[in-house]
Amino acid sequence: MSQIITPDLVDLDLPGTDRVAATRALAERLVAAGRVTDLDGFLADVAAREAQMPTGLEGGIGIPHARSAHVSEPSLAFGRCAAGVDFGAEDGPAHLVFLIAAPDGEGAEHMKILASLARRLIHASFKDGLNQAADPAAAATFITQEIAA
Amino acid sequence: MKLVAVTSCPTGIAHTYMAAEALSEAAKAAGHELEVETQGSAGLDRLDPATIAAADAVIFAADVEVRERDRFDGKPTVVAKVKDGINRPAELIERAVAAAAEAPAASTPAAAVPAAGVSPATKAEEGASWAGRLRGWLMTGVSYMIPFVAAGGILIALAFLIGGPEIASKVNGGTFDGHTYKGVSDLTLILNQFGVAGVMFKIGATSFSMLVPILAGFIAYAMADRPGLVPGVVAGLLASAVGAGFLGGLIGGLLAGAIVLQLVRLDVPRAIAGVMPVVIIPLVSTLVVGFVMLVVVGKPIASATNGMTGWLNGLGDSNKILLGLIVGAMMAFDLGGPVNKVAYTFGLASLSAGNLNIMAAVMAAGMTPPIALALATVVRPKLFNDAERKAGEAAWLLGASFITEGAIPFAAADPVRVIPSMMAGSAVTGALSMAFDATSRAPHGGIWVVGLIGHPLLYLVAILAGIGVSAASVVALKSRRILVPSGDAVAAAAPSSRGVVAA
Repeated sequence: MSQIITPDLVDLDLPGTDRVAATRALAERLVAAGRVTDLDGFLADVAAREAQMPTGLEGGIGIPHARSAHVSEPSLAFGRCAAGVDFGAEDGPAHLVFLIAAPDGEGAEHMKILASLARRLIHASFKDGLNQAADPAAAATFITQEIAA
Repeated sequence: MKLVAVTSCPTGIAHTYMAAEALSEAAKAAGHELEVETQGSAGLDRLDPATIAAADAVIFAADVEVRERDRFDGKPTVVAKVKDGINRPAELIERAVAAAAEAPAASTPAAAVPAAGVSPATKAEEGASWAGRLRGWLMTGVSYMIPFVAAGGILIALAFLIGGPEIASKVNGGTFDGHTYKGVSDLTLILNQFGVAGVMFKIGATSFSMLVPILAGFIAYAMADRPGLVPGVVAGLLASAVGAGFLGGLIGGLLAGAIVLQLVRLDVPRAIAGVMPVVIIPLVSTLVVGFVMLVVVGKPIASATNGMTGWLNGLGDSNKILLGLIVGAMMAFDLGGPVNKVAYTFGLASLSAGNLNIMAAVMAAGMTPPIALALATVVRPKLFNDAERKAGEAAWLLGASFITEGAIPFAAADPVRVIPSMMAGSAVTGALSMAFDATSRAPHGGIWVVGLIGHPLLYLVAILAGIGVSAASVVALKSRRILVPSGDAVAAAAPSSRGVVAA
């Protein structure tokens, strides 16, 4: 199995628009990498999840995500946005956006990698590392290492 | 402080694990132990029941229904959104600690036990009436005993079927239809000596020997939880040893439970408190209850037994029908206990003296109780709970095989109504058997020794009459109970650990 994130799934200059546009921009990278097979179908699944409860978290994080039939393998697209994108968190817009794509179905094994990713998200050191990442390759490597730790 | 948490969210891929991680970090920072169960897409790693049992409080950071939530019943609980687990984990930990502090001390053994899977089938609900709780305790003992009755009784009946009813005398030694058997000399040779039927009989008899210990043990367990088991089982073993039967075991179990409950409540010095559950409580409770069973209960039973035997011998042939009435009622009084034994032994003694009538009356009277109860569970299933209805299915065969013990589960669960009903029917059967001049050359075997019965058709009429009387009586008495509103805990016999929290 490949890594859940590669440099081409990182956008360190995500435009500060709304969450739909930001999510679409990241999702297009997943499509280009062949990890998402149907852009609109996948975005509809993400929007449905977002409608249940906004995925913005305190501390400037947005984690739009979905389990979708249009996802071929567990994947993460990461965007950094200086201006911030509103993901519905009470304390303001998100500067770090993690689009998490999980294949549908109940394969517990490959879900564990996403569980490890989620566990890293709450650590300040993880956010700091991503805020300081110089380029997409560094960000992807950093995330991969953190999840493996 | 020991805490547990469950986290869950709609998608189960992100928030569940973030909340788990955040809560763990916050607990660590505050100096508490926390184990989290993540109910997410990576599967459900159930918390160890022991961990849940040891936890002082529970945190649910969950946006979807917590799965198998009843595992946490009775624990101080903090309920929150999964996002609160992520954004405000320290606050949730604080609330859990506060909830644990407010809750009544969870240190009594009764509160510390059973997690899902080990809770008994029935437990008296807290707050139920005294009678309801008593019935709950008895039902717990009965529900654990029933499999022993069914397994043992059916094995014995099958052994009769395969090896002939004389198999019991062959294995145990004794006289059957004029033949005297020595019994098995060496258990390892049982298969060679007596074949499969002999082996089955021995296994069945061994299962039966556990009826009273299991009954007493789990009555005490229902009252006092795990610490009750040792004194209860020992009380039951001693009740069997001194011939006190299931009623002796029932009393022994209640006594054992009561003693443990008192010991648990004792205010002891700190130095001793540590060894209370492991050493002091088992030791003292077993010693006290064992002493009572062996010394206080044993002697009176022995002298009562001798007294009754002498009395029966004195009655002699004065009035055959009265004698049949008396031995019949005695057979059903304690279903294998001391009174039953006196009647049965009297029948055996008469048999070896050449009087075949009394043996026939005794056997017939011993067959009616299980069959009458089996019939009652079919006619009025609503008057019996699930465990009793199951016991009823096996009771047909047990009764037909003159295994009176098949009625014990019913009698132990509700002695006040069941025992008089059974005595009435068995007395009728005993008296009729004598009146019809029925005879039996076999000391046991029930329906399987019909060839050794004199006047078999009238004998059958006597048995059916008793069954009718007993079944009608028990239905009538139990129906009256339903009309009286009472806090009957057993009506809600669902497996649950809810009743476990100590008052």
